[in-house]
Amino acid sequence: MNEMSRTRSSKPQKRDRTQARPKPPAPEPQQQQPARRAEMRVRPTAPILPPANIQGNALMVVIAIMAFLACLTLGAVSMVRATASSWQSQISREITIQIKPDDGLDMAAALKKARDVALTFVGTKDGTIMDDSATARLLEPWLGTGLNLDDLPVPRLVIITIDEQNPPDFGAMRDLLKTEVPQAFLDDHRTWVDRLVSMARTTVLIGTGILVLVFTAMVLTVIFATRGALSGNRHVVEVLHFVGAESAFVANEFQKHFLKISIKGSAAGGALAAILFAVANLWQSNSRATPQSDQATALFGSFTIGVTGYLGIFATMLVIALLTTLTARFTVMRTIDEIDLIRSDPSRSDGLPSA
Amino acid sequence: MIHFENVGLRYGMGPEILRDMTFDIPKRSFQFLTGPSGAGKTTLLRLLFLSLHPTRGIINMFGRDLSQIPRSELPMLRRRVGIVFQDFRLLDHLTTYENVALPLRVRGKEEGSYRNDVIELLKWVGLGERINVLPPVLSGGEKQRAAIARALMDRPEILLADEPTGNVDPPMAKRLLNLFLELNRLGTAVVIATHDLALMDQVDARRMILTEGRLDIYE
Repeated sequence: MNEMSRTRSSKPQKRDRTQARPKPPAPEPQQQQPARRAEMRVRPTAPILPPANIQGNALMVVIAIMAFLACLTLGAVSMVRATASSWQSQISREITIQIKPDDGLDMAAALKKARDVALTFVGTKDGTIMDDSATARLLEPWLGTGLNLDDLPVPRLVIITIDEQNPPDFGAMRDLLKTEVPQAFLDDHRTWVDRLVSMARTTVLIGTGILVLVFTAMVLTVIFATRGALSGNRHVVEVLHFVGAESAFVANEFQKHFLKISIKGSAAGGALAAILFAVANLWQSNSRATPQSDQATALFGSFTIGVTGYLGIFATMLVIALLTTLTARFTVMRTIDEIDLIRSDPSRSDGLPSA
Repeated sequence: MIHFENVGLRYGMGPEILRDMTFDIPKRSFQFLTGPSGAGKTTLLRLLFLSLHPTRGIINMFGRDLSQIPRSELPMLRRRVGIVFQDFRLLDHLTTYENVALPLRVRGKEEGSYRNDVIELLKWVGLGERINVLPPVLSGGEKQRAAIARALMDRPEILLADEPTGNVDPPMAKRLLNLFLELNRLGTAVVIATHDLALMDQVDARRMILTEGRLDIYE
């Protein structure tokens, strides 16, 4: 007899049972009380897995910590990238022409000539000769105050602002400057820009590595927790097996619990990270121009992660919830298959209940 | 309905627990499976419930060779077999109603579609007033009847009962036996594993006697 031929609709089942139903066996003495309608009501169906059997609180805290670390990493990477990009933009907006002092060189004329030569190129916007006082301020940390630049062979600078979208031909500018002002040296800040790009990439790579580690640790924790929950609910799994439950059904029951736990945990961790960034940003805004804020800004950049950053935190929360749920599902299905395999194989039936 | 052909089973590298089992369990039949303790009754029930693979031989159930059935299809076949354990295996955190409804719940049915059927069945086994009671509060006889109701809930084609009267007094044992007989009269094949001779003497039924792993059948 196959499954199809066995299929019966619920209505005939009920009719058959009612028609053929025998007289109920005599009730036990303690049941001989008048039946009340209220007793026919059933309570809302309880979950098949008792929530108390799953050590949810500890797992929730672990998931919250992991979510917090993941969101923190994501925010930090996003911040560093933004800062590096801002630095890169600032640096690449300007180029510097350095003129080294030389015997018989008229420095003022050389500076002016270098600026004029540079400004002949398409893509340049403005040229500023760094005057004596600005140059003295620049050297102040090393040479102190009251510096007389005429007494020292100090190189002088011309700062040229360029159009970032349409930069001039640096090679041609360099060649022309070499011809017109042999003591001039053009610095297009390429080395710095390259270093910043490289630093930003490395930071992203490190951040991705940390995220992978955090997610791996979380998946492993969930695997241990799921196996623990399975072990604590072994009797329930056995009964489900005997009433014909498929692995997918049992996995769904566990999955429901772990989904709740992971949503709560990741929401708590993500919210904490978002609050931390918001508070740091608020503190930075309110303490602008103070030494502490300036130091923090110099070191970390701006604490603003923007809408994209907050969306990233939200996405991380979703990824964690999804990852936890899927991990629980696959762990349950795999473990149940293992149990089934061992249970059904008499040569491997060690350590399993006899029934 | 079920056919065993030269079935043998051994655990690990130990001796054969069951040897050369060849028998049929026809539709609508009623039989006792008996034998001394350790004779292999529970193991044979596990084979009948598809919970264990034989070491050798062929088992044909519902027209299908078990060795040819993928494991993923076994739950579907198990749904056609009801089983009652000596230790009931009721879930303590679920009420009598929820325990009995469990087979339908795992089949993905909506509660509204089976609520009346479950209540009706609970009344039939004499537990109509114990619907919302948790198993720890039930007496041994009530637990046994709840376990029987759970096994019957999806109208199995065969019911396997492992020492169903082992934990109850003689009057309750007789009541349970009547329940099994009534069930058989309605068309379900019944296999009762027991070593209670008094119980078996009350019914003129087929006896399958297991002795040292060998089976003798007395029609």
